Amino acid sequence: FQDHAEQFFRSGHTNNWAVLVCTSRFWFNYRHVANTLSVYRSVKRLGIPDSHIVLMLADDMACNPRNPKPATVFSHKNMELNVYGDDVEVDYRSYEVTVENFLRVLTGRIPPSTPRSKRLLSDDRSNILIYMTGHGGNGFLKFQDSEEITNVELADAFEQMWQKRRYNELLFIIDTCQGASMYERFYSPNIMALASSQVGEDSLSHQPDLGIGVHLMDRYTFYVLEFLEEIHPASQTNMNDLFQVCPKSLCVSTPGHRTDLFQRDPQNVLITDFFGSVRKVEITTETVSLDRDLAGFESKFPEEELATEPLKYAEQLPVAQIIHQKPKQKDWHPPGGFILGLWALIIMVFFKTYGIKHMKHVF
Amino acid sequence: QVQLVVPMAVVFGPGSVPGDLPRPLPFRDVQEMEISVNLRTSVTSRYEMLYRSTTGQEEAALAAATAREAAAALHPLQDTTLGSLTMYVVPETSSLLPQGINVYVGKHRSALVRAGGSLAALQARLREVAQVMSFTASSIAAALSDRAPDGQLSPDARRYLKSSLGYEITFSLLNPDPKSHTVDWDIEGAVNLYVKPVLDKLSLVANFSVDSQILYYAVLGVTPRYDKESSSFLLSAHSLPHVINPVEARLGSSAASLYPVLNFLLYVPERSHSPLYIQDKDGAPVSTNAFHSPRWGGIMVYNVEAPASRQASLPLHVDVDMARVMEVFLAQLRLLFGLSREEVPPEFLLERPGNEGLADWELDHLLWAHTVENIATVSTTLTSLAQLLDKIGNIVIKDDVASEVYRAVASVQSAVTELSLGHLHAAFQASKEAVTSSERAFFDPSLLHLLYFPDDQKFAIYIPLFLPMAVPILLSLAKIVRETRQQKKEPTKMD
Repeated sequence: FQDHAEQFFRSGHTNNWAVLVCTSRFWFNYRHVANTLSVYRSVKRLGIPDSHIVLMLADDMACNPRNPKPATVFSHKNMELNVYGDDVEVDYRSYEVTVENFLRVLTGRIPPSTPRSKRLLSDDRSNILIYMTGHGGNGFLKFQDSEEITNVELADAFEQMWQKRRYNELLFIIDTCQGASMYERFYSPNIMALASSQVGEDSLSHQPDLGIGVHLMDRYTFYVLEFLEEIHPASQTNMNDLFQVCPKSLCVSTPGHRTDLFQRDPQNVLITDFFGSVRKVEITTETVSLDRDLAGFESKFPEEELATEPLKYAEQLPVAQIIHQKPKQKDWHPPGGFILGLWALIIMVFFKTYGIKHMKHVF
Repeated sequence: QVQLVVPMAVVFGPGSVPGDLPRPLPFRDVQEMEISVNLRTSVTSRYEMLYRSTTGQEEAALAAATAREAAAALHPLQDTTLGSLTMYVVPETSSLLPQGINVYVGKHRSALVRAGGSLAALQARLREVAQVMSFTASSIAAALSDRAPDGQLSPDARRYLKSSLGYEITFSLLNPDPKSHTVDWDIEGAVNLYVKPVLDKLSLVANFSVDSQILYYAVLGVTPRYDKESSSFLLSAHSLPHVINPVEARLGSSAASLYPVLNFLLYVPERSHSPLYIQDKDGAPVSTNAFHSPRWGGIMVYNVEAPASRQASLPLHVDVDMARVMEVFLAQLRLLFGLSREEVPPEFLLERPGNEGLADWELDHLLWAHTVENIATVSTTLTSLAQLLDKIGNIVIKDDVASEVYRAVASVQSAVTELSLGHLHAAFQASKEAVTSSERAFFDPSLLHLLYFPDDQKFAIYIPLFLPMAVPILLSLAKIVRETRQQKKEPTKMD
């Protein structure tokens, strides 16, 4: 038991969070949603509650009109595992998955009206798992087919998190093409990173399902899911085993990892330190002695008849005002120096070259 | 940079004055000590002691029969500002303190100390008492745990709740077997009777809000073992960490507030698993039948007595003994905040604080740690904000962000000043304000830096736009320059 106690105290964290992001939309990117949902499922199974998971899915595959098996998202063509399940809680969905929202979640600079389920309320004793998947390239990850997040921005966001001690240790996993480029620029301490492919390599998908018509999972995440299915909350498997998942023979791409920023040896890092939520527990040996008879206390409150007003809805939005509002006049700003200079140059050159006499033809 | 000043009064009762005083009473003395957390951070503690002899009233109070009565009688005569301490020295042979006890720590801010012969021995003992009642090097290091290198701190240092402006306390009753047990708990009454006095005392530290709920069919994640010898079910210590997670998903974290939540769960085991006891590491059943998890809360197992007659009709009605439950929950609350009595040396006797839950000096202990932690947090936050704004030049700083920063700086400076003057209350309030302002400034939604323009991308965007446009302009410019130069060489012929 002493060994167990030692191991529990070695990691130093008291709670676990997970931020799982799928960045691509459209039906043919089914596999990215399936990737994210399989990591979600493993993380929930190993103990992290929904209140500590921020799940961002850029598109809805389960209820997509093109899904021949609605309300399901499968990970394997034998349809053994429906990773959508009964109790998936998506926090950021569809168009809410943007680079801005992702960075807001990480850094905590969220508008005050954001509900608690959309926030990452981690503290300095939280271990955070960040999983991202989608289409990527050398140094960037594409969000929603219209914007990108670069590796420098991601590294800066992690540094902002470290400055405010929003994590104890961070595990970053990315399954995209050229995924290793995304963790090249990290410089904050206590970050361990895994990627599905090196720079210059593509991450490949696993296998298509002819019934559903798309590729169901990416190879790397498929083998990671297989690996995680063997893990249970009390298992002692460490990170070195996770590094071995999906060798080149199975994955075609070469998975990479980065541990130089991490203080502990990966040998000592349990999978459940990040994927599960094993809490440190102490037996309570003390009690407070309470005086049970206190004279000055009425045990029963007198029945109060409160005159209650009939309930009605509060004024939510001034709808009448909004409908009839005129569009706000944008303030006019004079053109800036660069534009003015450019036009002055163009006009001067034109008239010098072609002569002043042409001016009367212009005006 | 930060100086923690504790004003102390050492009052010598009749017959307890040591022979080797350097100066006649009353006189003042200062003891300074440096607590260094890492290479750059250190905190100086300064005990400003006033040695004097007792007044007539204090002498009369010290003549009481027991230490408890003496402490009660002395209470109205002493300085009760937050952070100050008063030590009454009694003669070595005094019977006021029981045999073997050298220090009696009252539940307010005073202690009765047995004289030790020489001044040096007395001062050593006084130093020990002062550290127990205000702060120790380890408690300050724990408060500054962000800055300490990892190897130095004991794992204990990381388990206390961080200083926060408020806490939510949720009491939950888990009834996995409603068919067999109808459990009634008067939680409202218990909260008003037992919990409110403690929270009222802690209201200085933070805002507390309390709620409660009852969950049915919520089972523990672990199946307990049946033990034939005691004919009861046992939960071993190493299976306890896995108990919490399945329950946590059902607890429902509060949607309304962003304060840390402390969950206290009362579990009434199913009839088929009754009675259920928790085993500690050595295999002995735990007397409180409860365990807690740092920064999360606590769980207590409440066993229902088997009914007298076998044919009792189900469901059995259970009236929970809230006093027994609250004794454990309040103890867990104290432990979660870091107020444990384990580190106190054996020759000390601590007065029980009764229904208030914690002694005044324990409150001070918490305030010292939180003030230091707040000041450290504010300085880290403001420094990192300044670094961020330096690095990314084109973030626009709104006026209210700027005013929050100024307010945070002013508050933290006043907190440090108040600490160096020994005003703990004012220092704590100033540090709380500083933390609020600095957090508001740092986490302002407008400070998002989506403004990374790498150089190669800048070229890639602007060159295709401006290069074709610039070609005729540059060529014409060159032509103009050539013409002007030619004109200068040959003066224009005027006809």
